[in-house]
Amino acid sequence: MTEKPPVLRLENIVKTFPGVRALDGVSFSVLPGEVHALMGENGAGKSTLMKVIGGIYQPNEGRIFVDEKPVVMATPLESKAKGIVFIHQELSLAEELSVAENIYLGELPRKSFGRVDWATLYARTNEILGKLNVGFDARTRVGELSIANQQMVEIARALTQKAKAVIFDEPTASLTDAEKVVLFDVIADLTANGVGVVYISHRMEEIFKMTDRISVLRDGQYRGTLVTAETDQDEITQLMIGRSLDLTRNDRHSELGDVALEVRGLSCGHFYRDVSFEVRRGEVVGFYGLVGAGRTEIAETLFGLREPSAGTILLDGKKVRIHSPADAIAHGISLVPEDRKTQGLVLGMNCRDNMTLPQIDDLTAGPFVAEGAEVAIFDQYRDRLDIRTPSWRQIVGNLSGGNQQKIVIGKWLSMHPTVLIVDEPTRGIDVGSKSEIHNLIRDLAAHGYAVIVISSEMPEVLHVSDRIIAMYHGEMIRTFTSDEVTEDNLIQAISGDARDGAMAAAAQGA
Amino acid sequence: MTDAPGDRPGRTSGPRQEEEATGMSKEQIGRFLARQGILIAFVLFIIGFTLANNRFLAPDNIMGVIRSSAILGVMALGVTFVVISGNLDLSVGSMMSFSAIVVLDLHDAIGPGLAIPAMFAMTLALGAFNGFLVGYLKLNSLIVTLGMLSAIHGLTLTYSGGKNMDIADKEGTWFGVFGQGTILGIPVPILIFALLAAILGTVLAKTPFGRKVYAVGGNGVAATFSGIRRARVVFFCYLMSSLCVATAGLMQASRSLGSQNTVGQGLELEVLAAIILGGASLMGGSGTIFKTVIGVLILGFIQNGLLLVGLQFYVQYVVTWIIIILAVWLDIAAKRGRLLSAIA
Repeated sequence: MTEKPPVLRLENIVKTFPGVRALDGVSFSVLPGEVHALMGENGAGKSTLMKVIGGIYQPNEGRIFVDEKPVVMATPLESKAKGIVFIHQELSLAEELSVAENIYLGELPRKSFGRVDWATLYARTNEILGKLNVGFDARTRVGELSIANQQMVEIARALTQKAKAVIFDEPTASLTDAEKVVLFDVIADLTANGVGVVYISHRMEEIFKMTDRISVLRDGQYRGTLVTAETDQDEITQLMIGRSLDLTRNDRHSELGDVALEVRGLSCGHFYRDVSFEVRRGEVVGFYGLVGAGRTEIAETLFGLREPSAGTILLDGKKVRIHSPADAIAHGISLVPEDRKTQGLVLGMNCRDNMTLPQIDDLTAGPFVAEGAEVAIFDQYRDRLDIRTPSWRQIVGNLSGGNQQKIVIGKWLSMHPTVLIVDEPTRGIDVGSKSEIHNLIRDLAAHGYAVIVISSEMPEVLHVSDRIIAMYHGEMIRTFTSDEVTEDNLIQAISGDARDGAMAAAAQGA
Repeated sequence: MTDAPGDRPGRTSGPRQEEEATGMSKEQIGRFLARQGILIAFVLFIIGFTLANNRFLAPDNIMGVIRSSAILGVMALGVTFVVISGNLDLSVGSMMSFSAIVVLDLHDAIGPGLAIPAMFAMTLALGAFNGFLVGYLKLNSLIVTLGMLSAIHGLTLTYSGGKNMDIADKEGTWFGVFGQGTILGIPVPILIFALLAAILGTVLAKTPFGRKVYAVGGNGVAATFSGIRRARVVFFCYLMSSLCVATAGLMQASRSLGSQNTVGQGLELEVLAAIILGGASLMGGSGTIFKTVIGVLILGFIQNGLLLVGLQFYVQYVVTWIIIILAVWLDIAAKRGRLLSAIA
């Protein structure tokens, strides 16, 4: 490795949130002129680490060095001033302004009396755009550009700043192959000039093509750094997934009962089209796909939050109409929503009141709430789900993420639903609680519930599901049984790579 | 929204506070002051007023304060529901003028026995309109009720032709009982206030509807995801508010057996001041009827004290404003402290 000192170095960074240790002693360094990949599953702590570097979060412990000098990144501006530049997945451009104005925003070249020197501005911008080989010019309004081209504007902006380190967060997510080639050239250019590049990506192919070293995070912990030329995909996966590797596939099948939920030709605008599936009692059906594939929208339709444009929903063989969550609950459908803090819980309320909220109208003695019955329900599910709280009086906002999620699950189990939908059941939850919740989902199936699990985490879907429905851009691509599914064929199905082939296979299987 | 001031039972210092090793004690003192600041200020006021005028703590003065606070208090009880549900009701002042004018006019036209229910029906219709716009049409409550403040004022003036309304035969009616009567030596307005506070306090704390009001105000999305029909809950909160306004209008009309068109003007702000003084958050999800009653009494005693130390009546408009600003600032300061600790 190089003799030169790192441009950016992190030492033992610890960052905690109430109930979660998001970063647990992470060390990491970027050498000048290298491309350093940062890998890890969703929730491993990559984005938290980036926010620490970017001055959005302050670490509880640990130090940051730029050019081996200790620095404090108190604000995003300070981070930028120290030469750290981010190319974000989510773009932060002013759509109404021109490309040139966006690139030089805040540093527009001036003439006398503070007038903008447009000629210089456009000339400089076009020079940079020329290097990037893009098909638009400095005067184009950013709002007219495609997402990929907007990303190129972000990159152009980064090039104008005197960057010591540039951090690319999933830069190729929305780029075409041709645009990727340009991006890789730009990165090569940067490193040739001694800039350190941090490259966050899930795509192994790019990692092996582009990077010099690979650092892996898992559950907020630093798992090691590998030299790209001396490693292979297996070793990386091992580090990333660790012990959950042996959990990959579900081998606990419950006894299947009657069809509880059947969906026929369900469509909802541009969110999803012609979705048909069934879920039996005792079965866990997983929905897997990228963000925006339409999974959450299907759940919202089943729960009465979104009106379908076509199709029918049958419960126990009878056609039902669901126009509101209240309707869905009355029909025995429950939803553990994607975002427990904004959708699942009233954080300022206590544990008991949150848990009994959906059935509060039925828990009455005369006109009053039967508080004794409420406490009994809370106690029952606290014991069954092992919810750790000193008392039912505890305000839910004070519990850890795992315990909060168990309150949401308890809330819906106490309604004794026929169909339980869980959307991202373990997002932002520590590993221990994760496997508890996975076991719980299997237990529920064993008790005859029909369960739908929506998840962006592949190990989770593989681990809990009897069948997995792969979705891509609002369409069901293929349904896998747990015997035939592999990481590879699942990834292919949801990325649309082998869409036609998979659809043909699905058609044959049908 | 995340954290309501400690109005629900069992609020303890949670793990969040314990996790912050640095500057904890300083922060806790700050939070305590922010949360209890109004009470501390109130105690200082009382001590100051008592030193300045020894009549301040005399029993007849205390009774007088409670009695004169009763009308405001009754209105504040209803608005408490609206505020806990996460909305505002700025129309209560002009709605109260409307109620008083209407019931006085109908008193002479159809007699008090019919006038009272007719006035209640008309006032409830106004509340239902508020509730429809904010609940079902999901319009911003500030805009809706600010508009209603003006619209109802116009309605009242149109109804009365701009003239004061008076009962013709003031000696020959029993109508004065709601504002002037006493039962067992206790003024009826105080009894109405106490009775209504007890009933509505129970509704809010003990019934499923009350629980839903807290849920909708604490997190409306989560409430919807729990199958609560949010629009309906908000609608009934406004209905509750107008019911209380109608009662207050009746008490007001009965007290003087006559009324100006502007008798309730500015009360919407005093109502909000009292509720905020009690410790409810304008973000919704927190507050109790008991706290609102305390807030009403604090406001009443401060205004009374200012009169007793010889300040002009009009000064209290300014003082009310200062109290509102102080209370809102403390509410935000307490909340901001907590929000920051949640993020950083």
